[in-house]
Amino acid sequence: MPISNYIFLSLALFCIGVMGVLIRRNAIIIFMCIELMLNAVNLMLVAFSKFHHDASAQVFVFFIMVVAAAEVSVGLAIIVMVYRQLHSVDVGVMNRLKH
Amino acid sequence: MNEIVFTAVFGVFLLFSGLFIRSKNAIRFIAITGMGLAFLVNGWEYFHPGNDWPGGMIHADHVSILFNAIALGCTLVYFLLSGKDFEQLGEHLAEYFALVYFILCGVGIASSFTSLLMLFLAIEIISIPQYILAGSQKSNLKSNEASLKYFLMGAFSTGFLLMGIALLYGSTGTFHIGEMNLGGSGIDPLVLTGILFLIVGLTFKVGGAPFHFWTPDVYDGAPSVVTSFMATVVKAAGFIAFLRLFSIAFSADNITAHWTLVIALIAAATLLVGNFTAVFQVSVKRMLAYSSISQAGFMILALVGLGTLAWDGILLYAAAYSLATIGAFAVLIRMEDYTYEGYRGLGKKQPLVALANTVFLLSLTGIPATAGFMAKYFVLSSALQRGGMLWLVILALCCAAVSAYYYFRLIWAMYFQEGEPAILPDRITPAFKGLLIFTALLVVAIGVYPGLVLNWLP
Repeated sequence: MPISNYIFLSLALFCIGVMGVLIRRNAIIIFMCIELMLNAVNLMLVAFSKFHHDASAQVFVFFIMVVAAAEVSVGLAIIVMVYRQLHSVDVGVMNRLKH
Repeated sequence: MNEIVFTAVFGVFLLFSGLFIRSKNAIRFIAITGMGLAFLVNGWEYFHPGNDWPGGMIHADHVSILFNAIALGCTLVYFLLSGKDFEQLGEHLAEYFALVYFILCGVGIASSFTSLLMLFLAIEIISIPQYILAGSQKSNLKSNEASLKYFLMGAFSTGFLLMGIALLYGSTGTFHIGEMNLGGSGIDPLVLTGILFLIVGLTFKVGGAPFHFWTPDVYDGAPSVVTSFMATVVKAAGFIAFLRLFSIAFSADNITAHWTLVIALIAAATLLVGNFTAVFQVSVKRMLAYSSISQAGFMILALVGLGTLAWDGILLYAAAYSLATIGAFAVLIRMEDYTYEGYRGLGKKQPLVALANTVFLLSLTGIPATAGFMAKYFVLSSALQRGGMLWLVILALCCAAVSAYYYFRLIWAMYFQEGEPAILPDRITPAFKGLLIFTALLVVAIGVYPGLVLNWLP
């Protein structure tokens, strides 16, 4: 399969992720969309890695996974903390910082 | 590189010491001593250049070591001035200090990376502890909200950064910023898209317009003592990474022709948005948040320039801006009322504090004989070196004039308005006053003699 197919697939996934972040109001869904963006990048890196016959991009993918896991642990803790205070994870409810 | 290892190890050590040491003063003492040690360890590397890391992904040259020294020095001043205020955040004092150490580990990587993998790791190591610090006041709704916003926006921008890296890799087949060889005749559209994504991701991280909208909310909502660090050392580190990436990887003439205008427009937008919104703020904390956006606009000018002058400018700017903002925040933390009215009569009640605060504000404005003037001078002259950027420099000068309005308004409130300042007098100790004056003297010293910083460059 030509490399361009992989590029278009991962760009499409990336765009779905970006649109999700911009449109959805639920913090968990936004977070899932961000993960989708990261995984689109993973897919693209692996495809390029095969294309260039170079393993370094696959190592990069492992690093992205590790960092994404760290981010999930911190992010979910923050979302839980906000839920305990507001009993909602809707980002529209949060407007205390706007004047 | 010493700095990276030391801060990471010391951060873990500090985490565990929090388990066994109950005394808050002892923990603060350990944290401050560790920062002093980190400064020395980093300085030692300046005279004894160490080995690179295996794989050659990190290379600490003199510029990165000098920036690390500035970051560590500013953090030391920050710990000394505001270390006591960490107790407002909550019970787990050792953890907050440890998180600052972890951020500094990321700062060390950001100043010396040679691989895009390390750039990504540096940005993340800097960001993740900040999400936690911003939300450390768990029962404070504003702090929670700031933390969630910062986290969502930060993770979102990481996605753009990574996409940029992936596209660049797709075209060049390497992550090493020195080996990309983008200077050839034909330019791959993948490279241009990749650079655009990288610009978006990094502009998000440093809070440049049009991706600045999270900055005022997060800086306002986060506890003041955390904001003080987020807006200074961390922001400067973002710019060092930005400049390092662009001056090493994308500085070939046929590539700069494509991105210089984008960066120049970002700089112009950042300057305009930051300065003109800061004018209308009633809260000094929010004013300082917008002021950090406008100062970011000046630092982006160094990216337009790309040369030795740009490096001089960004290093001076990092020192001048960080010291002045840390000082201004140290005073702000001690106010009960964050509005301009709260500062009324401070000049009569606490003359030394007001004097130091005036020096910090003058430096942020860029008045001659303060560090801010020299920093702005170098940054602007580096932008002038690049042809066709005169309009941007003139715009920046106009914006600096606008910024004088909201900085001088605070000075006016301190000296020329009658009233009782809403300052907490028991938190103004003689040691605090002494340190504040020392910081102010440092700001003036760098302004009069910029060689204090720049002579260390090779």
